[in-house]
Amino acid sequence: METRELICIGCPMGCPLKVEMDNGEVVSVTGNTCKRGDVYARKEVTNPTRIVTSSVIVEGGSLAAVSVKTKEDIPKGKIFDIMKQLKGVKVQAPVHIGDVILSDVAGTGVDIIATKNVL
Amino acid sequence: MLNYDIVIIGGGPAGLAAAVSAKRSGVESILVLERDKELGGILNQCIHNGFGLHTFKEELTGPEYAGRFIDQLKDEKIEYKLNTMVMDIAPSKVVTAMNREEGMFEIQAKAIILAMGCRERSRGALNIPGYRPAGIYSAGTAQRLVNMEGYMPGREVVILGSGDIGLIMARRMTLEGAKVKVVAELMPYSGGLKRNIVQCLDDYGIPLKLSHTVVDIEGKERVEAITIAEVGPDRRPVPGTEERYTCDTLLLSCGLIPENELSRSLNVEMSPVTSGPLVNECLETNVEGVFACGNVLHVHDLVDFVSEEASAAGKHAAEYVLNGAKHKESNAKDIPIVATEGARYTVPKTINPDRMDEKHTVRFRVGDVYKNCYVSVYLNDQRIIHRKRPVVAPGEMEEVVLKKEELAAFSDLSQITVKIEEA
Repeated sequence: METRELICIGCPMGCPLKVEMDNGEVVSVTGNTCKRGDVYARKEVTNPTRIVTSSVIVEGGSLAAVSVKTKEDIPKGKIFDIMKQLKGVKVQAPVHIGDVILSDVAGTGVDIIATKNVL
Repeated sequence: MLNYDIVIIGGGPAGLAAAVSAKRSGVESILVLERDKELGGILNQCIHNGFGLHTFKEELTGPEYAGRFIDQLKDEKIEYKLNTMVMDIAPSKVVTAMNREEGMFEIQAKAIILAMGCRERSRGALNIPGYRPAGIYSAGTAQRLVNMEGYMPGREVVILGSGDIGLIMARRMTLEGAKVKVVAELMPYSGGLKRNIVQCLDDYGIPLKLSHTVVDIEGKERVEAITIAEVGPDRRPVPGTEERYTCDTLLLSCGLIPENELSRSLNVEMSPVTSGPLVNECLETNVEGVFACGNVLHVHDLVDFVSEEASAAGKHAAEYVLNGAKHKESNAKDIPIVATEGARYTVPKTINPDRMDEKHTVRFRVGDVYKNCYVSVYLNDQRIIHRKRPVVAPGEMEEVVLKKEELAAFSDLSQITVKIEEA
């Protein structure tokens, strides 16, 4: 039996989690205050994922950049591949929250979407 | 002179939530004054995720969270003015403001909600020795440059202070191709949230050096190197522990200060601990009809709690407008809440057992890191809450919930005490 201690990143509460593992299988998760903590702990010890947020240049709008994010979480190891693909991306205003900026980024099957309205 | 029932100073998360709540509580005539060119305040540059889990039960980025409230404000047809700077608030509730279109103008309000937020502690306030070259930014300035204006402030970065914005910017600069060499923190504990240390520093192998500070800045035109040193228990640098980092940028994330110049000129009574107004459970200051919420009141960790607090302020301001001084009528007196032994302050500062809602959440911060301790609440000398906590830290706001029935049932209640008790 192996124990791993994590801090939940699901929300700013930062619950201290304890994960009991047996041969790479999760046996139990304790210390979480909500279901998100359980889900995060199981993922973090087997296949860690993150939401990536960034910004890309927008032309012809009221602001020079528009904030974006991966629509869902992506494998942690793909973060820098995604950032590389976002480099040099330019979009035309207007952009609305939820607009797809790049589809299937870095082969993750996940889209990059806008998180701000730039008109 | 313009006339409005409620004037709200600031169109960030606090001002937006207060406005929407005041409107839904029955006040039609509301004006929000915002000095930036758009609503949303600091959320516009906080492009990372993690906002809204309490308010919307989903994980949003800052601009998305602001967008939800801006939509609500527009749906409620609440008036607002952008690019408008408030110069003064007179005790008669006359607000003096100015903008490019209208010049200087005055607004007579019946109630005022202070929602001006906070600003970052600057280099000048930190007394860092060394030259004054280009390349020294507050973390928030760098955040705005990168996320909204599309500029990179530098390539090789040292960060002083482990506040949340500094941690978030350590990750952000790394993702944009910069090398963040070290985060130095004067205190023996981080000023930011645990989750940000995990996902902003640990994920990227950025070292956090606790009990360290900057002792020299080199470079005449541009930052060329930063020297940090370990500090002793007296927080003074220990000779011989200096480490020199070549870099072109220094980011400062050394605390936030509520922005209360307007409150002071209005003679609002201030807390020396929070640098924000002292308020009762209605979030009303000592100046009748003037309410405060959000980071101008006390600096929060979570925008969700700002929205919650601001909604309460909006509701109470509306009650004041609709009922006048009657909103304060009560069969009980205001009971002071005293923060002591580890607890630094509480918001609110007083609570009225008759006027309060069924439950009231009191928020506070601790002054040091305590492990395996109890958060305790006393009514006079009787302990009513004794909650075990594995760890409490200054960087994470704490709360206790007071119940009306418990307070009302206690005869001769004269003081409520919040403290940390060690096991």
